[in-house]
Amino acid sequence: MSDIKKIKDDYIDKLNTENNIEKVNNIKSELFGKNGIISNEFKKLGSISVEERKKLASDLNSIKDELQNKISIKIQEIETKEINIKLEKEKIDVTLPERNIEIGKIHPVSQVIDEISSIFSEIGFSVEEGPDVENEYNNFTALNTPDNHPARDMHDTFYLDNNKELLLRTHTSPVQVRTMLKGKPPFKIIAPGRTYRSDSDQTHAPMFHQVEGLHIDKNINMGHLKGCLNYFIKEFFEVDKIKMRFRPSHFPFTEPSAEVDIGYEIKNGKIVIGEGNKWLEILGCGMVHPNVLKNVNVNPSKYQGYAFGIGIDRLGMLKYGINDLRAFFETDYRWLSHFGFDPLDVPSNYRGLSR
Amino acid sequence: MKFTVDWLKNHLDTKFNNNQIIDKLTNIGLEVESFESSTSELDTFIVAKIINAKTHPNADRLKLCDVDIGSDKTIEVVCGAPNAKNGLLTVYAPPGSIIPKNQMKLSVSKIRGVTSYGMLCSESELLLSNESDGIIELKNNKYANKIGEKYFKNTSEKVIDLSITPNRPDCLGVRGIARDLSAAGAGKLKINKKSNLKYRGNQNINVTIKKEKAQGCTIFGSCLIKGVTNKESPKWLKDKILSLGQKPISAIVDITNYVMFDLNRPLHAYDADKIDNEIIVRSSSKGESFEALDNKKYILENDMCVISDRSGVLGLGGIIGGTRSGTEYSTKNILLESAYFLPRSIRKTSKQLNIDTDAKFRFERGIDPLSIEEGLIKASELIKQICGGEISNLDVKKIENYKKTIINFDPFLFEKTTGFNVENKELIKILEKLGFNITKNKKILKLVVPSWRPDITQSIDIVEEIVRIKGYEHINTSDPVKTRLKPTLNYYQKLFHFLQRSVASKGYLETVTWSFTDSKINQLFKENDKEIPIVNPISSDLNVLRNSIFPNLIFYLKKNLDRGFKDISLFEIGPSFKGKNPGDQLTVIGAVRAGKVSRLSWNDKERIVDTFDVKKDVIKSLYEAGINKDDIIIDDRTPSYYHPGKSGGVYQNKKEKNAIAYFGEIHPNIIKKLDIKTEGLVIFEICLDYIKESKQKIKDSKSEYKFSDYQKSERDFAFIINKNFKSQELVNIIKSVDNKLIKSVRVFDVFEGENIPEGKKSIAVNVTIQSEEKTLNENDLDYINKLIISSVESKSGAKIRS
Repeated sequence: MSDIKKIKDDYIDKLNTENNIEKVNNIKSELFGKNGIISNEFKKLGSISVEERKKLASDLNSIKDELQNKISIKIQEIETKEINIKLEKEKIDVTLPERNIEIGKIHPVSQVIDEISSIFSEIGFSVEEGPDVENEYNNFTALNTPDNHPARDMHDTFYLDNNKELLLRTHTSPVQVRTMLKGKPPFKIIAPGRTYRSDSDQTHAPMFHQVEGLHIDKNINMGHLKGCLNYFIKEFFEVDKIKMRFRPSHFPFTEPSAEVDIGYEIKNGKIVIGEGNKWLEILGCGMVHPNVLKNVNVNPSKYQGYAFGIGIDRLGMLKYGINDLRAFFETDYRWLSHFGFDPLDVPSNYRGLSR
Repeated sequence: MKFTVDWLKNHLDTKFNNNQIIDKLTNIGLEVESFESSTSELDTFIVAKIINAKTHPNADRLKLCDVDIGSDKTIEVVCGAPNAKNGLLTVYAPPGSIIPKNQMKLSVSKIRGVTSYGMLCSESELLLSNESDGIIELKNNKYANKIGEKYFKNTSEKVIDLSITPNRPDCLGVRGIARDLSAAGAGKLKINKKSNLKYRGNQNINVTIKKEKAQGCTIFGSCLIKGVTNKESPKWLKDKILSLGQKPISAIVDITNYVMFDLNRPLHAYDADKIDNEIIVRSSSKGESFEALDNKKYILENDMCVISDRSGVLGLGGIIGGTRSGTEYSTKNILLESAYFLPRSIRKTSKQLNIDTDAKFRFERGIDPLSIEEGLIKASELIKQICGGEISNLDVKKIENYKKTIINFDPFLFEKTTGFNVENKELIKILEKLGFNITKNKKILKLVVPSWRPDITQSIDIVEEIVRIKGYEHINTSDPVKTRLKPTLNYYQKLFHFLQRSVASKGYLETVTWSFTDSKINQLFKENDKEIPIVNPISSDLNVLRNSIFPNLIFYLKKNLDRGFKDISLFEIGPSFKGKNPGDQLTVIGAVRAGKVSRLSWNDKERIVDTFDVKKDVIKSLYEAGINKDDIIIDDRTPSYYHPGKSGGVYQNKKEKNAIAYFGEIHPNIIKKLDIKTEGLVIFEICLDYIKESKQKIKDSKSEYKFSDYQKSERDFAFIINKNFKSQELVNIIKSVDNKLIKSVRVFDVFEGENIPEGKKSIAVNVTIQSEEKTLNENDLDYINKLIISSVESKSGAKIRS
């Protein structure tokens, strides 16, 4: 018995210092293999007396358990160590740059158009479009702006023929004409799009964007106009309070006509919308002129309503702090990256207009 | 329209202060552009303080002063005054100032080797006294906290500048503005004094208005003033003219101008002695000419309204007078004209000749036809008062009588339009103050429109007048009506929205460029479309509508390459024009990609962008926008601006004439012609209008969900095939062998060259085979394999590689 115990102690010592997995496996077969030391000891049990056998068997079993336990712990220990070393070796510098990311952007004008459409969609407007090339009638005459009207001077028009019959639309209002001519009242539309005037300086571009609005029904009055625009401006600028002023003005195609100013102030060199005692003109609107309704076969004694026209680029400039209108159309990669919007940033009512 | 508050008060009794007047003007639709003093040369002189005065290094009698002028930094000024000392408050003139004494303009200069920025002034230099021994010493208690402020108070009266809308000619005169203000409760319109002018003799220059078809003049009033002494205007008149931003000329001219701005009544004064016998108002004949008061010679077309005498044209009626009959200081006798010209005629003539004058601006908008006498009287009185002379009887020739405009107005229209109610009493009061003559007929008001309001012709105009004067702040703010008549966006609008964001999400920056472009670049992309020139382009390099979306994109791509960017992805969604009629346009996405993929990547191999990069972008975008994957066919017919061998078209079905998209390399000739320096340039375009709307909504088009759990097998095949044989065909042949069993076919290798005969290529495909009914055994698979090989070989002429 003492022999076995000694063997056990020797092997425990050996195992304690051993760090090689192969050698541990060798020890395992030395002890428990076919002719292993412990295996052989078990074999001897058959040749001794029953009494002794009982005792020895019990001792052998406990030694066997102890050694096997030791071996498996050791193996685990070594394996863990080896895996740790391997993992340590595999370590990479995760601060190295990822594979190139190509970031696309949506132009501010498109983003603002989507914001505007989303807001008006909430109150039941649908989107209409019209062509960029218009005839003189839709752009002017049908809109109560006859040829000899001085209001035409306010629109520096690009013409496509010498008779001045074909032109690039100077505003989105001809979409009103087209929409009403092809349908029957009521009408409730907005029409965003490109517009053109032969005018070019720091604050004017020969092409810019407008959104037209038109709501015609039986009892639509100036109160509805005010309410609609008040709602729009508040939603668009994402402020709780907005200072807004309706001021009489003149457009040939609306009567009464108004221009709308919003309050602002300059704080730390930045424009803050909604507060302050300065006024900024942002749109023109009014009740659709009976002459216009007659021109598009809508009976003005039955139907009435309002129209408005808003400069999209200017709204975008105000909301997002862009100073130079010309830069919108200059395709400078730096500018587009800076002012562009993530394509997933889709303005919507439930998710919010902007981040 | 400019005027001073003083001038306004000639016509308006008011207790309103300036700010109240300004607010009221804006509130009734007379928009105030500005309210400021006219600038003065003295504005630049400011209060300053000498912080440190030390001796000039090169001159004992000069001093070098650090001067605080109220800005962040002090200014260094060289000064010769003995009294310049630390802490002295004085007056500083910056470079650019004009010194009143000698009218010299200051500039930055070196004085004995030291730069001096402006100067410190003596009283004599500012013409305040003769004191020239030293610089001004300002009192500490008065000026210590005024450093940086103007030294001279601007005493000129503040000028109101209104932006008058084209419908309001009556407000192009101060009296009209006063009338509007009085209607809005800002005071009382003063009653014009009755004239006690004494007339002597007749206007004996005969005036004839010819009855012609195109006659642009309907009334011509005049009087003779004999024995005047023309001279410089008195100060009050000069001040008025100056406040308008105009230069005083002579008393007679200034008076006619003054009356024009006062009553909105243009007048013209002729030197009566220079008129040849008589005045004939007639239409011009082509080729007639005259020299106008702007010192330009005008050659006339037919049918322009001219004032002439027996010798020829004197001037263009209502637009500009001529030099031949102009008044001078030596003028003794004048003929004063007060006429009515038709807006249409004025507008046509001035456009043709490109003349813009204050008179033209007014006649074009419509002058009060009943103000002929009033104008003559007011001007004659002033001329008599300032220049003396005898005034003849007034002579008024007419070929047409003024017809009153009468409107029967139902006050209910007001509430119907504005949504709020104004008592009849108040409504009537407003209209009366605006000059309407009112008679009541039960509920209807019969309104005679004042002759100075040509803009008012129907009931809605009356509504506007009342609500404008009452104030827009009385309009309620009703909650928006949320009723919806139809969906916000139609199919193509949604497609626009999807594709726009889909392309952007592939790494492209969206841009917006002009709808017009340079014909020289456009020509490279226009294919068979007709060029669409703009008659009056903003510049010669933006002279045509773009026939394609690419000319501008390529132009700006080049600009960005020139800025030093190498890898650029840009796109635009917008119109391209096919003809010059409304609607001859397509909505197109154009995208360009230049440079390399994975440039300077530490772990990926960089490579030049190629056709299959843009093919992926375009196809994926189409999928994302809901175009059915199985409906897409690729073809190699593309427009001529693409590389003929490295570009493709995407069609929705075989019979379709128009591709929904193209992709590929741009033609090398174009790159060369436009001198674009980049490693690689690929483009794609999607034409939204050619995409066919799916008949089914997504809720109807989802098919039944089926899947197979039986084992699938993959087999690889390699075929030797003609080089020009399209892989798409090969894939289709294999798929058609058994549409049910063959789940997918993937091309995983293509090569030419070594071991492959000339004119041939090797294509390797991986085919996935799976049954929905059972696990296929070797026999089944062998059968399919053989079928695939035999089909491909017989249909394509390919040979399986062994």
